[in-house]
Amino acid sequence: MSVVEVQAPGLFTTVQDLGREGFGPMGVSPSGAADPISLRLGNRLVANYESAPALEMTLLGGTFRFPEGAIVALTGSEFGADLEGNPLDLWVSIEARPGQTLRIGPTRSGARCYLCVQGGIDVKQFLGSASTHVLTGLGGLNGRPLREGDVLKIASTTGSFRNRTIDPRVIERLSRRSVLRVTTGPQSDWFPESSRRLFYASAYRVAEESSRMGLRLEGSPVSARSGRQMITEGVSLGAIQIPAGGQPIILFVDQQTTGGYPKIANVISADIHRVGQLRPRDEIRFERIELETARSLLREQEELLASERLMQE
Amino acid sequence: MKLLWLLQSKPVTGIRNLHPAYTSLLVKFDALTLRQDELEAILRLYLDRIEDVRLPEPRLLEIPVCYGGHFGPDLDDLSSMHGMTPSQAIELHASAVYVVFFLGFVPGFAYLGGLPKAMATPRLTTPRRSVPVGSVGIAGDQTGVYPFATPGGWRLIGRTPVAMFRPDRKDMSLLSIGCRVRFIPISCERFAALEKT
Repeated sequence: MSVVEVQAPGLFTTVQDLGREGFGPMGVSPSGAADPISLRLGNRLVANYESAPALEMTLLGGTFRFPEGAIVALTGSEFGADLEGNPLDLWVSIEARPGQTLRIGPTRSGARCYLCVQGGIDVKQFLGSASTHVLTGLGGLNGRPLREGDVLKIASTTGSFRNRTIDPRVIERLSRRSVLRVTTGPQSDWFPESSRRLFYASAYRVAEESSRMGLRLEGSPVSARSGRQMITEGVSLGAIQIPAGGQPIILFVDQQTTGGYPKIANVISADIHRVGQLRPRDEIRFERIELETARSLLREQEELLASERLMQE
Repeated sequence: MKLLWLLQSKPVTGIRNLHPAYTSLLVKFDALTLRQDELEAILRLYLDRIEDVRLPEPRLLEIPVCYGGHFGPDLDDLSSMHGMTPSQAIELHASAVYVVFFLGFVPGFAYLGGLPKAMATPRLTTPRRSVPVGSVGIAGDQTGVYPFATPGGWRLIGRTPVAMFRPDRKDMSLLSIGCRVRFIPISCERFAALEKT
């Protein structure tokens, strides 16, 4: 059995896969990778299923030793990494020899970097997924972020090493944007025209208190017409809630399943992975598009991910 | 609730998740498998059949609660807000049969309807950073039990030693939508004894 030894955990590193969808009636959050596209591509680089569990690092990477060696790939944002002192690129498969140590530094671009290992990280599944939900301590490695001294099992694999990279033009098309595209939210008509204009014209800054549950934004406050009482209802991934005070919150992967604030807009599925790369103090704007356009953008993105030129050997 | 039951017993390809709440059901679907108008047409067919649905007889669960003291730090305030003694408030809370409207917020958190009107109390103005697991709270005309230690703004009147959500149990969540619930007052000694089991 191969393992990964955690010599330094980084700032906030958790086991994530593509999450557990379908348990809303029990109040269970889907969780899963904050940047699911980077996770999927990383897994493909090491010949895993796209949904295999990997390590999601936040703002600062960790130091990991592979006593038996491993085939690994780093994807997502550039954190500055080296394998035994040799600088490592993102978006390529690499073979770590037995006993080698991989050091991953602080971010140089976005919020999250993924370490995918051939075979996948082997933890006990909860409702069909290895994803960690820290608030409730469910999933992942004992429901918590990694600590120094943790030893993670790698699921056995029959794969051999193949040098793979991802077409940089594809990475470019999937990369960060400062404008998030949204569709209208279920309560967008609760907001007067002036508030909606302000919302779409303003730049918002990601607040420090943001997490995988939600990104708190700071900027021009948006207010709903007074006198309307919201009844708690289901909330979707990427919903933009406006609580009292008017500072928007984007509900994210570890979201609660229901909520009681009006929602002015919803980030489109094709931009969710970009939300996962936002750091505190990043500035964003919102652009409203039609549902049909959102659907086309998602299809184009999935076609790009399925295209033959994506992966190069 | 009937629509949820129908969609769970006859799943629709492309529907990925369902989030029930008081008067709504959020249907999350894969936009590349289903178009919104197609989904709407399917949901209309389901709604047409809703009158034929016979929901299973609801279960009645009894949840033991140790009221007041450090388990229920807001019991005294809440009672005096309504001109009651703490023991009257306990009696009133334990007299009702509650209905699980839906589960939301975190796994196993049941929104219980049926709180006696005389006890309805707004949330705390400043939520607690961490509410102990098993705490029984009141918010508006709802009551509920915190299955995990999470932040929360409900007014806490007691605590149960019973696990509301356990991933190692067949029915992970003790409560499910439609269940009936009654709270049974217990002593601190009984709480300690039950906590060990």
